[in-house]
Amino acid sequence: MSPDLLKLIFGRLGLESLPLHEPIVVGTFVVVALGGAALLGGLTYFRLWGYLWREWFTTVDHKRIGIMYMILGIVMLLRGFADALMMRGQQMLAFGGSEGYLNAHHYDQVFTAHGVIMIFFVAMPLVTGLMNYVVPLQIGARDVSFPFLNNFSFWMTVGGAVLVMASLFIGEFARTGWLAYPPLSNIGYSPDVGVDYYIWALQVAGVGTTLSGINLICTIVKLRCPGMTMMKMPVFTWTSLCTNVLIVASFPVLTVVLALLSLDRYVGTNFFTNDFGGSPMMYVNLIWIWGHPEVYILVLPAFGIFSEVTSTFSGKRLFGYTSMVYATVVITILSYLVWLHHFFTMGSGASVNSFFGITTMIISIPTGAKMFNWLFTMYRGRIRYELPMMWTIAFMLTFVIGGMTGVLLAVPPADFVLHNSLFLIAHFHNVIIGGVVFGAFAGINYWFPKAFGFKLDPFWGKMSFWFWVTGFYLAFMPLYVLGLMGVTRRLRVFDDPSLQIWFVIAAIGALFIFIGILSMLMQFAVSLLKREQLKDVTGDPWDARTLEWATSSPPPDYNFAFTPVVHDNDAWWDMKRRGYQRPLTGFKPIHMPSSTGTGIILAGLATAMGFGLIWYIWWLAAASFIAMLAVGIGHTFNYHRDFDIPAEDIIRTEDARTKLLAGAK
Amino acid sequence: MTVSVNPTQTGEPVFYLADEHPHPEGWSTSLGFWIYLMSDCLIFAILFATFGVLGGNYAAGPAPKDLFDLNLVAVNTSMLLLSSITYGFAMLTMQQNKIGQTQMWLAITGLFGAAFIGIELTEFAHMIHEGATPQRSAFLSAFFTLVGTHGLHVSCGLIWLVTLMMQVQKFGLIEANRRRLMCLSMFWHFLDVVWIGVFTFVYLLGVLR
Repeated sequence: MSPDLLKLIFGRLGLESLPLHEPIVVGTFVVVALGGAALLGGLTYFRLWGYLWREWFTTVDHKRIGIMYMILGIVMLLRGFADALMMRGQQMLAFGGSEGYLNAHHYDQVFTAHGVIMIFFVAMPLVTGLMNYVVPLQIGARDVSFPFLNNFSFWMTVGGAVLVMASLFIGEFARTGWLAYPPLSNIGYSPDVGVDYYIWALQVAGVGTTLSGINLICTIVKLRCPGMTMMKMPVFTWTSLCTNVLIVASFPVLTVVLALLSLDRYVGTNFFTNDFGGSPMMYVNLIWIWGHPEVYILVLPAFGIFSEVTSTFSGKRLFGYTSMVYATVVITILSYLVWLHHFFTMGSGASVNSFFGITTMIISIPTGAKMFNWLFTMYRGRIRYELPMMWTIAFMLTFVIGGMTGVLLAVPPADFVLHNSLFLIAHFHNVIIGGVVFGAFAGINYWFPKAFGFKLDPFWGKMSFWFWVTGFYLAFMPLYVLGLMGVTRRLRVFDDPSLQIWFVIAAIGALFIFIGILSMLMQFAVSLLKREQLKDVTGDPWDARTLEWATSSPPPDYNFAFTPVVHDNDAWWDMKRRGYQRPLTGFKPIHMPSSTGTGIILAGLATAMGFGLIWYIWWLAAASFIAMLAVGIGHTFNYHRDFDIPAEDIIRTEDARTKLLAGAK
Repeated sequence: MTVSVNPTQTGEPVFYLADEHPHPEGWSTSLGFWIYLMSDCLIFAILFATFGVLGGNYAAGPAPKDLFDLNLVAVNTSMLLLSSITYGFAMLTMQQNKIGQTQMWLAITGLFGAAFIGIELTEFAHMIHEGATPQRSAFLSAFFTLVGTHGLHVSCGLIWLVTLMMQVQKFGLIEANRRRLMCLSMFWHFLDVVWIGVFTFVYLLGVLR
C-alpha cells in the first residue's frame, strides 16, 4: 500500500508506535494481555456477558453505578500504584553514577501517568462512587434525578481511563507532569501523541464528571424525602452537595483550558505559545482555577464520611452540626480564591502573593473547626474501634500534619524556597492520602455491609490499615526532609550520595503501602468467602444514625418500599428511638427508570473519537462524531423510559426481608 | 409537594408516606438545565477572560479597527435578537396549543439563526482571506475561539431546533415536548445574552481600543 493511503487509514499510528523497545512495557503488556484474556475467557465460558450487559453495563440504578465506580477506582489504583513503586525504585537506585533502570523517556511518562491516574481515575471514581451509592439512600430517594445521565457519566469516566491505559501499549503518554504546562506540552516540544492522549482522556472523562455533578446537585435539591430540610441533611449529603457545586463550577474551566491547548496543538493558534502574543502563564492560571477547587472536590466528601463515621462509632450526635455545614460552605467558597498559591514564584508581585497567601491560610480556620467538631464528638463518647473509626483517627492525626505543612507553604517567602521541592510532594500526598484515600477506605469499610449484606473481614482490614498508615509515614516523612534540603521533584538521577538513605526509607515505605493494598484485596477475597459468617440481615450492622441504614442490605432496587418521613438530623436514630415499626402491608407499585444501553454506546463512540483525534485518524474521529450525534438524537425519540415495579414484586421482596429479620431475632 | 410531617391525630409520629405520589416526569429538568447553562456560561466566562488577557496582543498583525465591519456586525446582531423574539412567539403559541403556529415560529427562528451563522461564516472567511487567521496572533486566536464557540453553540441549537420540530410534528405538543421546547428556549435566550457580551466586549470595545 502506498504511504499516503496508509496515512489516510491509520493516521500517524504505525508498527513503530508500539513500545517494543521498552522491555518493562512489553513485560507488562504480556501480563495484562494474559490476565485480560483469562478474564474475557472466563466471562465467556461462564456465559456472564448477557448478565453483565443487562444487570450492570446498561443499569441506571445509582447503587450499581456507584459500585462500578468503586471497582474502576480500585483497578486504576493498582495501575497508579505500580507507577509509584517504579518511581520509588528508580530514585532509590539512581545514585553514585547509576542511571537506575528507567530511561528518561519512560520515567517522565511514569510520573505524569501516576499523577493523572491517581487524581482522575482513582480518587475521583472512589469519591463519585461513594456519593452515587450513598446520597440517594441518605435522602430517602429512589434514584438520582437523571438516571440515564448517571450511566452515561460513568461510562465516559471509563472511556477516559481506557484512553490512558491504551497509551501504555499504543504509543506513549505525556512526559510533561500531570498538569501538562505549556510551552513544554505544546506541539513544538511534545510533538508525539503523549499530550494528545492526556488531553482527550481528560476531556472524555471530564464530560462525565460535569454531568454527574449536575445530576447529584439536582438529586439533593429536588429529591429529598418529606421533612428533610437543608439543615436536617446528613453531613455527608451536605459535603456531597458542596463538592458537586464545585465540580460544576470548576470542570468547565478544565474543559476550556484543554480545548485551548488542543487548538494550539492541532490548529496552530497562539494561546500558550512563546511568540505571537501567546502567554503560557495564562494556562497555568486557568488550570489551577480548576485545579485548586479539585482538591476540595476530593476532600469534602471525605470530611463527610469522617463525620458520619465519628458520630456512629462514638454513639453520639455529631458535635456542632451547624458549624460543620457552614465550615463546608466556607471552604467551598474560599477554594476559588487561592489558586495562585500554586505558583507564587510566577512573579506577580508582593501584593498579589500576599492576598493569595492570606486566603490560603484562612482556609485552615473552617478546616480546624471541623477537626475540633470531630474531637468533641468523640469526647465522652462510647467509641468503638471498628475499621472505619480506625481510618478516621489515622486521618485526624495525619491530616493535621499535612494541614500544617500546607499553611507553611502558604507563606510566600517560604514557598520561594520550597516551590516544586519534595517538601511540596510530601505535603500534598500527606493531605490526599491522609484525607481522601483514608476517607475512601473508611467509607468502603463503613458502607460495604450496606452494599453487599456482609461486613468486611476485620483481620485483613487491620493488616491493610497498619501497613498503609506506617507505610505512608515511612514513604513521605523522608520526602519532607529531602525537600527541606532542597531536592526538587521529578528528578531521575542524583549526585549527592548522602541523600540516598532517605530515598531507601521512602522506597521501604512504598513497599509497606504495597502490602497494605494487597491486604485490602485479600480482605475483599476473604470476606467474600466468609460472607455467611460476616452476614448482616438487620440492614444496620453498626447501630448507625442516618437513613441509608433504615432499609435492607443490600437495598432493593427501589431503595425504600415507602418514602420515609424525617423529623431529625439523625433520622434513623430518631426512628429507632421512637419505636418505628417497619410497614408490612399496603405496598403499592413503584415507578422506576428503565435500563438503557445508550450510555455505554455513546461513551464508546466518544472514546473512539478521542482515539481518532490522538492518532490523526480523521475518518474515525468524524465517523464516531456523526454516530454520536445520531445515537444521541435517536435516544431522544424514545419517550418511554420508565416502568412500574408491580406491587406483587414489592410484597415478595419485603416479605422475604420480614422472614430474615424474624430469623435474626 | 407539601406533605404534613406533623404527628397524626393519635399523636404517633409519621415515619413514612403510606400513600405516595411519584414526582411528576421532568421534576428536576428545569433546575438541571439551569445548572447546565451556568456551567456553559462558565465556559464563555473563561473565553472572555482569555480574550481580555490576550485581546491586545496583535503581534504586529491586524487590530480590531482594521478588521471589524460594525455595520455587518449590527445586521448579524439583529438577526440573533430577532430570532429570540420569534422564539418567544413560538412559546406563546405553544401555550395556546397551536401546533401549526408554533412550528411556523420555530421555523422562522431557525431561519434567523441560520442567517446569523451564515453572516458570521462570511465574516470569518473574509478575515481569513485577508490574512487575519487564528494563527496570526494571540488576539486573533482568542477572537476566533470566543466568537466561534458561540457560533458552534448556535449551530447545535439549530440541530436541536430541527429535531424538536420533528418531534412536535410526530408526537404533538405533549408534556415532554413542551418541556424540551422550554429548555431550548432557555438555551436560545442564553446564547442571545452571551452575544450581547460578545458584541459589546469584542466588537464595540475592540474598535474603540
